Amino acid sequence: MAGTKQNGTAKLAANGQNGYKVIGTRPVRPDGVDKVTGRAVYAADVQMTGLLHGFVLRSPHAHAHIRSIDTSKAEALPGVRAVVTADDLPEAEDKVEDLGEGAINLKYLSDNVLASEKVLYHGHAVAAVAAVNPHIAEEAAGLIEVDYELLPPVMTVDDALADDAPILLGTLRTDSMGEVGTEPSNLASVFSHQRGDLDAGFAGAHLVVDRTFRTETVHQGYIEPHAATALHSADGQITIWTSTQGSFAVRGQVCEILKVPVSRLKVVPTEIGGGFGGKINVYVEPVAVILSEKAGHEPVKVVMSRADVLAATGPTSGSNIRVKIGVDTDGKISAALAELYYEAGAYPGSPVGAAANVSLAPYAIDNLQVDGYDIVVNRPRSAAYRAPGGTNVAFAVESVVDELAEKLSMDPAEFRILNGAKENDRRPDGLQYARIGHIETVEAIRDSEHYQTPLEGKYRGRGIASGYWNNWGGQSSATAVLNPDGTVNLNEASTDIGGTRASIAMQLAEAMDIEYEQVMARVVDTDTVSYNDVTGGSRTTFATGLAAYNLGQQLLQEMKNRLADQWEVEAGDVSYEDGTFSAGGESLPFVKAAGLVQREEPLMASSTVHPQDFGPGFSTQCIDIEVDPDTGKITVLRYTIAQDVGKAIHPSYVEGQMQGGVAQGIGWAINEEYIYDDEGHLLNASLLDYRMPTALDLPMIETIMVEVPHPAHPYGVRGVGEVNIVPPAGAVANAVYQATGVRMDKLPISPANLLEAMWAQEAEAELVPGDD
Amino acid sequence: MAKKIAVETTINGEETVFLCEPRQTLLEALRDNLGMIGSKEGCGNGNCGACNVILDGVLVNSCLVLAPEIEGRSIVTIEGIAEGGALHPLQQKFLEHASLQCGICTPGFIVSAKALLDDNSAPSEHDVRLWLAGNLCRCTGYDKIVRAVLDVAENDA
Repeated sequence: MAGTKQNGTAKLAANGQNGYKVIGTRPVRPDGVDKVTGRAVYAADVQMTGLLHGFVLRSPHAHAHIRSIDTSKAEALPGVRAVVTADDLPEAEDKVEDLGEGAINLKYLSDNVLASEKVLYHGHAVAAVAAVNPHIAEEAAGLIEVDYELLPPVMTVDDALADDAPILLGTLRTDSMGEVGTEPSNLASVFSHQRGDLDAGFAGAHLVVDRTFRTETVHQGYIEPHAATALHSADGQITIWTSTQGSFAVRGQVCEILKVPVSRLKVVPTEIGGGFGGKINVYVEPVAVILSEKAGHEPVKVVMSRADVLAATGPTSGSNIRVKIGVDTDGKISAALAELYYEAGAYPGSPVGAAANVSLAPYAIDNLQVDGYDIVVNRPRSAAYRAPGGTNVAFAVESVVDELAEKLSMDPAEFRILNGAKENDRRPDGLQYARIGHIETVEAIRDSEHYQTPLEGKYRGRGIASGYWNNWGGQSSATAVLNPDGTVNLNEASTDIGGTRASIAMQLAEAMDIEYEQVMARVVDTDTVSYNDVTGGSRTTFATGLAAYNLGQQLLQEMKNRLADQWEVEAGDVSYEDGTFSAGGESLPFVKAAGLVQREEPLMASSTVHPQDFGPGFSTQCIDIEVDPDTGKITVLRYTIAQDVGKAIHPSYVEGQMQGGVAQGIGWAINEEYIYDDEGHLLNASLLDYRMPTALDLPMIETIMVEVPHPAHPYGVRGVGEVNIVPPAGAVANAVYQATGVRMDKLPISPANLLEAMWAQEAEAELVPGDD
Repeated sequence: MAKKIAVETTINGEETVFLCEPRQTLLEALRDNLGMIGSKEGCGNGNCGACNVILDGVLVNSCLVLAPEIEGRSIVTIEGIAEGGALHPLQQKFLEHASLQCGICTPGFIVSAKALLDDNSAPSEHDVRLWLAGNLCRCTGYDKIVRAVLDVAENDA
């Protein structure tokens, strides 16, 4: 039974592998006890003397001009200390900057924080209040009078690209491969990746499948709502306590929006209650700062409600996707075309660029074209969500791949192995792969006990799918202090969302050949170390871990240098093995050396890294489902993931990433969607109606960690956090086909959507003469 | 501002009196009036379970209970789960199984799981999943949470 399988744990030796002492073990994280006892301080938990509470007034309309805002009644309410609107923000410049999460026009960034001329989605922030308690703040916000001139809402790709479509952003011009249009448009950009001879590839194909798909807007769904506390002191120094994937990204954005010098703003990261890409953009942080300033330099805390989180933050793009793939008689792909239309939300910047890279990445294809379109609509500004853009397009591609394999009478795993990308093959945009482990993940699924065990029963089906994610290196900074007792304090600035304090400390411990327990990792504020990119792009254990490795090497080298002086030998003569330094008859264990070398001068190290060679990740997954033919409800019976993880530093947290990403992918596939009415009002902004998977909706999720060490990291680490969410929707759709004979062309495959498709298929079957 | 009222109650075995406004939820009173931040607000309307506490032996969403309602009653919060300075077996097993990633849902899960095991010391996997369906976790896919609870149950049995 699946539920009793131990997730591959048994395959891993208790004390690391491959000669490692720390790497590959499963120690308890340093922040663990605080998190199981309720002591850990998250963003909404911040308390301080004189704390005021903020509330943000949001637009009830999807698309409107703001004629005027009258705040006088709110200001007059007892207990209110400040009311702000976009007029309290500095004039934003119409220029594009990269502030840690892709390029963003500063005018758009500022307008998303507080709308200036127009509101562009239901839930768009228009004003904010600070008061002595949250209830008074909310009451006051209700007294703010906003005069709106309503405009027609533009909710989908088709609405936005219609000839007579209302224009969201008057200054937006289409950027077509660098060429900028002259007329206002809702099409922000368009690009095309091409190679080989597409027409010849399709003309010579034995079989071509050409399908279009639709996926809906979904949210990251982190359980902790956004929250920030800001203190704008009378001397102009600003501190923000917030939960964010990148304290430096918050600093960069807030400094640009508020035009304050970087040295004046300190961002203190609290613990973070999930992010998945959605806690990179700022929302309430700058608002809390200007409220604090206007309220007489008292600290102000702004905590979003769940409804606000769903209406105004996060989501990732809905999309229209066309995929056309041709194969020859042997089943080799002869040509492939993908057209990707992604809804960016209110401002440009959907993940369509990344989606194009993901689209056909698992396959070796000579003749290929991928076109991408970034389109603004009256929905919240889209944010990154775990392998941004990947799940949408993999749903489409993996559905077509499954259909091709079926029509060729090939096993879908064998089809993927035959066409699988490997070293030296190229991604759709031309990037050439170094050593990758894609085919190994397909083989691992093919050979798994799960895949080898037949699935029986009516309305049951099995599906597999593969996925790719680019991963990222990014910039990391860290320092380490060697204490005289042989322990090490490691200061790093990568937000710990899933155990990275442990996985980073483990790499330092391994590098220094000391115990994990000798290293204490802390996540520090923006004044304490140098610039550090967000925890995102599956980069933290890879890049900040590399910085930790460097710190260990530096500390050891300096210890050798100082011991050489003491022992009057050359530094090169000092060796360090099995925790002991030795040279010329002298020898000293690490702990004693740590004290001896610091009698005259303390010892610390700093490391900054920006690794470019991060290496992509691949995952192949297998799902068994059962469909209730009366309700259309899908029950997940069994799930197995094979993922190329490079080298698992802390296997439990790698498994956790794999399982968590798949759970999100299943939610996306079978239930989650934003539901809007005709006027653009979001109808399901609660966790009852925005239906994420519960414990009852999922089985145990089996993990196969395929370890193909990444050649560009000292321990072979490869990003593991994101690729797992790419295949699930395709796998679910392929299993649904096996269970019901229905090829779903839209997400979610909710009970209503699936039942409708099953009924349509039955109706069609009844129309066939002579078929009963 | 609304007039405050005094509520006499028992929290984690300690008799306590606190002031609150009648409109304040138990969750708000715990967090803002009593400084007990372990109970978390994920949704504010009973859908996520992050604020769960045990009220007279019954698991409740503290965001759906008004603070004055606990007058004369007894609650157990996440702050009261550890036993005399030692972690509760659930807390220990959550750490050993890496059952938390971000950790925001963890207090609610541990309180809920304790309420389950208080009532049923040998739950099946299905029992655990059904009981915990009122607690949302977005990080783990529940696998390691369910394993931790089953591990405690097996060790207790």
